[in-house]
Amino acid sequence: MSKFTKKKSSELPAISTASLPDIVFMLLFFFMVVTVLRDDNLLVKNTLPKADQVEKLQKDRSVYIYAGKPSERYEDKYGKEGKIQIGDKFTDVSNIKFALTEARQKLLPELQDRVMVALKVDEETNTGLVTDIKQELRDLNMLKIIYITSPGNEIDSQ
Amino acid sequence: MARRSTPEVNAGSMADIAFLLLIFFLVTTTIEKDKGIARQLPPKEPPTDEQVKIKEKNLFIVNVNKNDQLLVEDELMELKDLRQAAVEFLDNGGAPAGSPEYCSYCKGDRDPASSDNPDKAVISVQNDRLTSYKMYIAVQNELVAAYNVLRDRESERLYGWKFTEVNRAIEEGTYNGNEESAKEKLETIQKLFPQKLSEAEPKKSGS
Repeated sequence: MSKFTKKKSSELPAISTASLPDIVFMLLFFFMVVTVLRDDNLLVKNTLPKADQVEKLQKDRSVYIYAGKPSERYEDKYGKEGKIQIGDKFTDVSNIKFALTEARQKLLPELQDRVMVALKVDEETNTGLVTDIKQELRDLNMLKIIYITSPGNEIDSQ
Repeated sequence: MARRSTPEVNAGSMADIAFLLLIFFLVTTTIEKDKGIARQLPPKEPPTDEQVKIKEKNLFIVNVNKNDQLLVEDELMELKDLRQAAVEFLDNGGAPAGSPEYCSYCKGDRDPASSDNPDKAVISVQNDRLTSYKMYIAVQNELVAAYNVLRDRESERLYGWKFTEVNRAIEEGTYNGNEESAKEKLETIQKLFPQKLSEAEPKKSGS
């Protein structure tokens, strides 16, 4: 008789944590893969203007141009005039072509013809500087540009 | 010498190490999602003698001066009124009924002194070199918004959905349904209200 009576253990069995490292490693690998450590060291102030009628940027085929006043740390060195930054260093308007060709070569070869130039320009910059950049881009025949903005609306925030 | 049995490595702290790494990557991760206003620049062409003539009434001139003030069609305007003014201009459809330019879907005032149809209507933005970039983007944003308002209206009339919503859904890959036919429909709408934004070379500052 006693053979069929179930042994009732009064304690709950401990939850096995043996698979916890596996779970954590899986998460770890996910974040390692999606992490992009900042590749550009920003030398300029970069408060983006607000807009809400926006499109998404395709990152694999884009080249970044930053523009704006030098950030406070670099003010002594470079002054307070609006400057252009491509990659890690300041670039002159006349030098944009060279710097952009260089940046384009880092992209995948099949995407180099469909390159899109992403302009990250500080909101306090003069439009004149942007126009100069655009003229250079026309010379280079890189005609697709995108003004990167932050979400919001200028009218609401006034 | 007798072979000593190697003691087993304690793997109990593995989880801790992994957690530490995990937290580091969690903190440093910035999944950037850049968004912005896309533009196609006009290609550089040798200057031609033939000048494309655009009738004055088909041109909507937006002028921004160095103090970020707006002059629209020779009238001072606030930024918040720009969208409505642009919509009215594009949607005017001033060409008389029966003429080849007649715009059947326009719902505007049909003022013969304003634009003939959306295909002919051109918005021209002129900036000063000292205009702030903030203002420049705000103006561009409002003008794109004006086109989107009209495109939404037409797509709702023809297909029952909003142009911008479907466009975004396709972009994000969340559109359920036939994507190809939706894209075709989007193009049809784009043809009804083609985006014709022109940018004049900015004037030298101070003028």
